[in-house]
Parts: sequence; C-alpha cells; structure tokens
Amino acid sequence: MTAQRFFPFALLMLFALSLANLLFGAVSLSLHDIWQGLFVGSEQHFTVYEYRLPRIFLAILVGAGLALSGALVQGVIRNPLASPDVLGVSHGAGLAAVFYMTYFSGASTEWLPEVALAGGICAALVLWYLCGTHSSAIKLAITGVALAAFWASCIDFLMLTKPLEINNALLWLTGSLWGRSWPQLQALLPWFVLVPFALGLSKYLNVLDLGDDSANSLGVSPQSVRLLSLAIAVALTAACVSVCGPIGFLGLVAPHLTRKLVGGRHQSLLPASMLTGACLLLAADLAARTLAPPIELPAGILTAIIGAPYFLWLLLRMK
Amino acid sequence: MSLSAHQLSVGYHGHTIVKKMDLTLPDGRFIALLGPNGCGKSTLLKCFARILPAMSGEAHWQGQNLHHYPSKQLAKELALLPQTQPIPEGIKVKDLVAYGRSPYTGFWGKLSTQDHQIVEQMMKQTGTYELRDQLVSELSGGQRQRVWLAMVLAQDTPYLLLDEPTTYMDINHQVELMHQLQALNKQGKTIITVLHDINQAARYCDHLVVMKAGELKYQGSPEDVLTSTMLKEVFSLNAQIHRDPVSGTPMCVVED
Repeated sequence: MTAQRFFPFALLMLFALSLANLLFGAVSLSLHDIWQGLFVGSEQHFTVYEYRLPRIFLAILVGAGLALSGALVQGVIRNPLASPDVLGVSHGAGLAAVFYMTYFSGASTEWLPEVALAGGICAALVLWYLCGTHSSAIKLAITGVALAAFWASCIDFLMLTKPLEINNALLWLTGSLWGRSWPQLQALLPWFVLVPFALGLSKYLNVLDLGDDSANSLGVSPQSVRLLSLAIAVALTAACVSVCGPIGFLGLVAPHLTRKLVGGRHQSLLPASMLTGACLLLAADLAARTLAPPIELPAGILTAIIGAPYFLWLLLRMK
Repeated sequence: MSLSAHQLSVGYHGHTIVKKMDLTLPDGRFIALLGPNGCGKSTLLKCFARILPAMSGEAHWQGQNLHHYPSKQLAKELALLPQTQPIPEGIKVKDLVAYGRSPYTGFWGKLSTQDHQIVEQMMKQTGTYELRDQLVSELSGGQRQRVWLAMVLAQDTPYLLLDEPTTYMDINHQVELMHQLQALNKQGKTIITVLHDINQAARYCDHLVVMKAGELKYQGSPEDVLTSTMLKEVFSLNAQIHRDPVSGTPMCVVED
C-alpha cells in the first residue's frame, strides 16, 4: 500500500470506528438517537454527549499520541522493537501513580494524572542522567529497559506490601478509557501542540536512519535530533499515560504496522502512525465495551492481547 | 579548496592515534590513505569527516578550521561514505538516494525538480536506477554498496571521503567501485579513500599517503611512493616492485 492510498483508507476507518463507538455499547443506539443525543434535554444526551463522544476523542488522541511517540522512539533507536516502553516512561508513571494511591489513599484521585505525568517525566530524566546526551542508541535502549524493569519491580513491591489498595492500582495499571470524559480531554489536548514539532523532525529522522556518521556528513547533528525526538516522545507518552494509564503495546505495534504499509520515510510514517494508533485504540475500546456488556474490559488488556502475539511474531521473524 | 592537517593529533578516549601530523592533500586527485592496521589512517579520515574532534592542532578546510566550519555548508562540500552502513527498514532505493539531497532541501525535505534530476542521474551512474522501487533491505551487499554510493554522490560535493570501501566486497565489485571512483575523479571530484590493498591503490589512485604509527611517512605518486624501501620500513615486508602488465603502474610482489 502506498502512502497516497493509506491516508484516505485510514481516515475512512477512523470515521467508521468513531461512528461504531457512538452506536454500540451496553445499549445500541440508532443514528437518530445519536443526533438527538448531541442536544441538551434529550433522553440519550448523557450516553452520547457525556459518555461516548468524549471517549472517542480521547481514544483518538491517546492512540495517536502513543503511536507517534512509538514512531519517534523507533526512529531514534533504529530498532523496530523499540517503543516508549523501553524508555521506562510508562512504568515510571505507573510507579508514581501506585505510590500515590497506596500512601495517599485519603487524598483526592483528582491529582492522579499530574502525579503520573510527573512520574513519567522523572523516569525519563533518570534515563537521561544515566546516559547523557552523547550516548549511542543501543546504550539508551538497554539502560531504558533496565530502568523499566526496576520501576516495574518497585510497583510489584508496593502492591505486595500494601495489598489493601491493590484493586485501584491494578485497575489503573491496565490502562482504560473507562470513566474518562471532557475534563481528561481538556487536560490532554494542550500537549498536542508538540505534534507539529514532531512532524518537523521528519527530514532529520530520515537522515538518522543512515547512521550517525552519515547523518553528520549530511549536516545533521544526531545528538540534537535524538534529544528533541525523545523529549517529545516522553512528554506525549507521559501525558497519555497520565490520563488513561499505560495502554500496552500500542506504541510498539502501531508504528511498526504502519512502517510495513507506508514505508520508512518519516514524512509519511509519523502522520500515518498517528492514524493507525487512533484506529487501533478506537477498535480496542469498542471491543472493550461490547464484548461482555454491561461489564467493561480495560482497553489496555485488549491492546495487550493483540500486541503481545504481534511482538512475539516480530521476535521470531528477526534473524 | 583543500583539506589539510596542522600539527593535528586525533584519538579516542584520551589515547592519541594520529600524532602531530602535518599534511596537505592535493586538490582534484584520487588519493589513497595507506598503512598497517592501527597506523591511524581511518582515524585521520574520521577527523576530516568531523566524526572525531582534534585533540590538539587543527584540521583545515578552505583555510578555515574544519571543526568550526558551518555544518550545512560543509555538507555541500565534503561527503563521507562510512565503512559500514546500517540497513534501514522500509526504505526504497530512490528514497535513500534522495536523502543525499537533504543539505539542499527545505524544512519538510521536499525535492525540487533539480533534486529529482540529480537523484535520477546518480542512480543511473551507479547502475541502481533499475532497483529504484526496491527496498534497500532486500538488496545484495554489492547492490547496497552502489546505492549508498549513489546517495553520497547525490550530495553533490566536490570532495568525497571513503573509509575502506572495498573491504567487505567481492573482487568484481571492488574493481567496479574503483573504476567508478576513477571516473568520478576524471569528472573533477577529489576522492580520498582509506584502502587496505596496496596494489589496488597503486593501480587506481594517483596520490598515495602512507602512514605508520600515527605519523606521515611518505606521500606522492605511486611511482615515487611504492618502493621496496617503503614496504620494508612501513610494513616490515621484503617485496619486489614490478610493473603491472595491464596498467603499467607499480605493483608489489612479496618475497619469501
């Protein structure tokens, strides 16, 4: 598939999935119900306007944000198995959130997103402190994976020693769009001013694919491109995770799948990955809400169910 | 336009490899950097390509300190073909060659008509035009090397640096590459390459620079440089010098 054919197709998918998310759920609505529901006073106003519609926008933003971060990280680390997870950002955010929930259980959960955001950014700063600006991609990846494992073990330690609050923590850690609405969307949206800057790095990320020496010779400083790309990826991931919890594998699968479809030129790859990520999360959330109504599965479990085999398949294919 | 070293020392992690070298590389020539392993030939090339900084002394480009020269301008004047190249995923041959135009393109990297023409021309010149829609990751080693050469040529620089370009190639591809470089040199490009094979250097290049233990030992035409004395001194090798029966250039034959 070429990039020219990918974009109309993906936009159509995005529209269809959004519509499906409005129509289906614990109760199925008609197109007429949805139209009515957009206005105050109608019977379905709560379901459509307060519940389903903001979730769709949130799924699109979070899916696109995590996928873009993944594409940036894969471009920087030059490894298709890389994702924002290898930087330890999601786990850092998770640790901060679990810590907050166990030690400040009386405190308002209203501050949870801010705490998780700070945790994610702190995790990235620790990585930066350990690696410095001039480290190679592979050192960054290995240090990041080690740190992620360390944060994960801290999470386990907290959850095992403080079993009382384990339920809330578990719920948050699987990543879900449940109960999120317009306030979360408002909190997340400002972070997307970073997207144009990320797209502006396309040309430089392309050159980075040729290796550091060639990039240098083409007048591009690999260190600066890496630093900028990772900073944007960290900020977007932390922002997304702070709102929805860590949604596993999306940052890995979406850009990788997209690279197969549109190729590795970042001018196409970055925006196309965003669309793929948005579609995948919309599909996961649709499945989460409709597989066993009225029970809701966390979308993070569904992305993991698809993502984990994909990851294994990738590993097996690597020579 | 010329590249030179002035009391230049280069090395890694505080360990000096190239020692206080003074060297001016002549313009418009096909130059080979020769010497035994660890003599500093690749290190010197890496310093000229600004991959390594000068530890002391200076490298000069057009009379200015090379390491303070504006990066974007330098990218239009001096290109490098590294020894090993990564294999990018999902990149077509024509895309990779077009990346060589990045010093000339704008913010979004969009190619102008002229850029397209140069990319096409360089693919034709290196025999990679037929491969243009294939993925770089699916090519053979020899094909990939030619694609990278096309990319570096698309950078359209008067100077070209190559780090042991023939080391991992089959002999037929080696010959092909040397012929291509010779042709480029005839078109006016200055070519500076690190080589391992002395006879290959003497046959195709017209200026040899011989180093040993980080110091410049000899430089000049193959006729002047490739002598029994030089081979004895630099490589500790007893060898006779004969004429290459095909090209008439000097050629060393090792004695028992």
